[in-house]
Amino acid sequence: MGETLDIMERIRESNKSVTTGLDEKDIKHWVTIYIMGKAYRVPADLTLMQAIEFAGYRFIRGAGCRAGFCGACATVYRKEGDYKLRTAMACQTRVEDGMYLVQIPFAPAEKPSYDISKEEASLSVVFKYFPEIARCVSCNTCTKACPQDLEVMDCVQAILRGDFKFAAENSFECIQCGLCAMRCPAEIVHYHLFQLVRRIHGKYNLPPEPNLKKRIEEIKEGKYNEEFERILKLSLEELKEMYRKREIKLD
Amino acid sequence: MIKIPYYPGCTLKTTAKNFETSAIESAKILGVELIELPKWNCCGTVFSMTTDDLMHHLAPIRNLIRVQEMNEKGIVKNEYRVVTLCTMCFNTLKRSNLFVKQDPERLKKINSLMDEEKDYQGNVKVLHFLEILKELGFEQIRKKVKKPLQNLKVVPYYGCLMVRPEDVGIDKPENPTILKELFEALGAEVVDIPFKTRCCGSYQTVNRKELVAELVFDILNQVRMEGGECVGLSCPLCAFNLDNRQDEVKKLHPEFSMVPVFYFTQLMAVAFGLNEKICGFELNHINPKPLLEKKGLLNV
Amino acid sequence: MAVKLLGDPKFSEKVKELSGEDVRLCIQCGMCSSGCPTASKMDITPRKMVRLIQLGREEVLNSKTMWVCLSCFTCVVRCPRKIDLAKLGEALRQIRLRKGLDHIHISEIPEEERKKLPQIALVSNFRKFTS
Repeated sequence: MGETLDIMERIRESNKSVTTGLDEKDIKHWVTIYIMGKAYRVPADLTLMQAIEFAGYRFIRGAGCRAGFCGACATVYRKEGDYKLRTAMACQTRVEDGMYLVQIPFAPAEKPSYDISKEEASLSVVFKYFPEIARCVSCNTCTKACPQDLEVMDCVQAILRGDFKFAAENSFECIQCGLCAMRCPAEIVHYHLFQLVRRIHGKYNLPPEPNLKKRIEEIKEGKYNEEFERILKLSLEELKEMYRKREIKLD
Repeated sequence: MIKIPYYPGCTLKTTAKNFETSAIESAKILGVELIELPKWNCCGTVFSMTTDDLMHHLAPIRNLIRVQEMNEKGIVKNEYRVVTLCTMCFNTLKRSNLFVKQDPERLKKINSLMDEEKDYQGNVKVLHFLEILKELGFEQIRKKVKKPLQNLKVVPYYGCLMVRPEDVGIDKPENPTILKELFEALGAEVVDIPFKTRCCGSYQTVNRKELVAELVFDILNQVRMEGGECVGLSCPLCAFNLDNRQDEVKKLHPEFSMVPVFYFTQLMAVAFGLNEKICGFELNHINPKPLLEKKGLLNV
Repeated sequence: MAVKLLGDPKFSEKVKELSGEDVRLCIQCGMCSSGCPTASKMDITPRKMVRLIQLGREEVLNSKTMWVCLSCFTCVVRCPRKIDLAKLGEALRQIRLRKGLDHIHISEIPEEERKKLPQIALVSNFRKFTS
């Protein structure tokens, strides 16, 4: 019984918000933000995501890793008195007074399905699935919308002239948040386009990874069989011990 | 070596790569180095003609800002001309340039829309490569010819955007002669046809290819009737329509005999005695090598 | 029998605004139609198109004319009154396109064609036929 309470407490502790347990009187700095048009007073320096949750909202979509990597929490906002439309990831941006927020949990886009091993490694495969990239007007709105500061328009333009290498390398950091696709006047879906190009480039243009080939051969030869057999026979406690004592390489 | 900024255009990097390689190497023989803009984007052909449109002019003007940058970075010195090979790119860049310079308010608005770029000052001049050749003088070109295109009956095809509208064209719209002068300097026998400036069908090739087949047949039929053996042109879309779409022409007119189509720079490369690899004939749809071989013009 | 000849002057105004061209200069000589490579495929020839715009007859927007146009500018170069018909055609196209009524549905281009067509063809086609 005591064991179960302990676990439940641990779950509660890890899920509670950053301001739980704090007395609001002690919080010195507050800002006013607008969530879908309604004003809320929230502690300054919270991230947008934390502020929205402080205001009482619960994310059931549009939240993920909370670490700036998954691309789920796309936000579009304006600042008071400024016409410029801005974009951000809610988990990576701090609140500012007078922010007018809206969340974009999903960018509508049909995802084409393809078998990469059956596709040609040329521009014709791009036009097969994404002929609309010919509508790009080089307005650079996608680049301005990107929360990762990628050169989005340059990547689209590189694809348009068959330079898959540039597009694959420069779209590598894309977290597929969809903000570019939402803002594009030509209605291009950049992240699906770049995914296809990275796949083609990786499969057909880059040299095959020699270490991968070597490792697969080693596995086939049974080099790791003994190790696997041994681990599969260990108890839960022995496994935990092994994990705790693992070698951690620090960069 | 004259160093001049060069704008390729998307298609010249893929299906029309032979246009580019033959041009760059031929230019070198004439003492001209075509320096590609370090960064560029699709010109967004065709020129957008409404009075209120600004968005479709961002793409061309952005490229002209790149030419300014080349000067600022010292890649070229005081050279605000930019040269194109693709006639559609030429027409679009030149017309957008004029459109934006006509009205200072427009220039201001375009610059404010592209606030992430330096302002376009309006001082870039857009030229077609043929204008550079004309400036050098066709006599100078004749002097560099190692293998005159003797007995090769070439039909110059200008298409639309090289000569129209009048304030943009590089030659007279009804009876241009610049390609004729070039091909004659290369030693070829030039056969002029009345339809040398009649449209090939342009962008209708995407959804009305039967219409394009008819228009192309009209042009190529004249080529055959006047005794022409091949066509020399300057636009990758004209080339696609006159070359690749001959398959569609054959469907309409089975008795039609195929005509090889060259980019004018490929003919220059052959005449200058450059290696066949530079000409890139494998990208031509109708194989022109048998014709060249027959005339003793293949440079291996 | 009454024949409705005149249409909506607001339509003529709109075309003038978008194109920057004054169709009242047209003398209906027909040079444009005679030089147009695709006039035989049009239900309303270029000359008739200009006449209908003069009269404010909006039904010209339903014709095939501006969609079969090649933007070759032959008419522009030959018009003795220096009317830029290409700009008139563009204005008519834009009036339709700006309502979101695309002329081409990109998804309907057959796959084989998409793989064959050079970028220049798709870029220019979509520029004229999509919004």
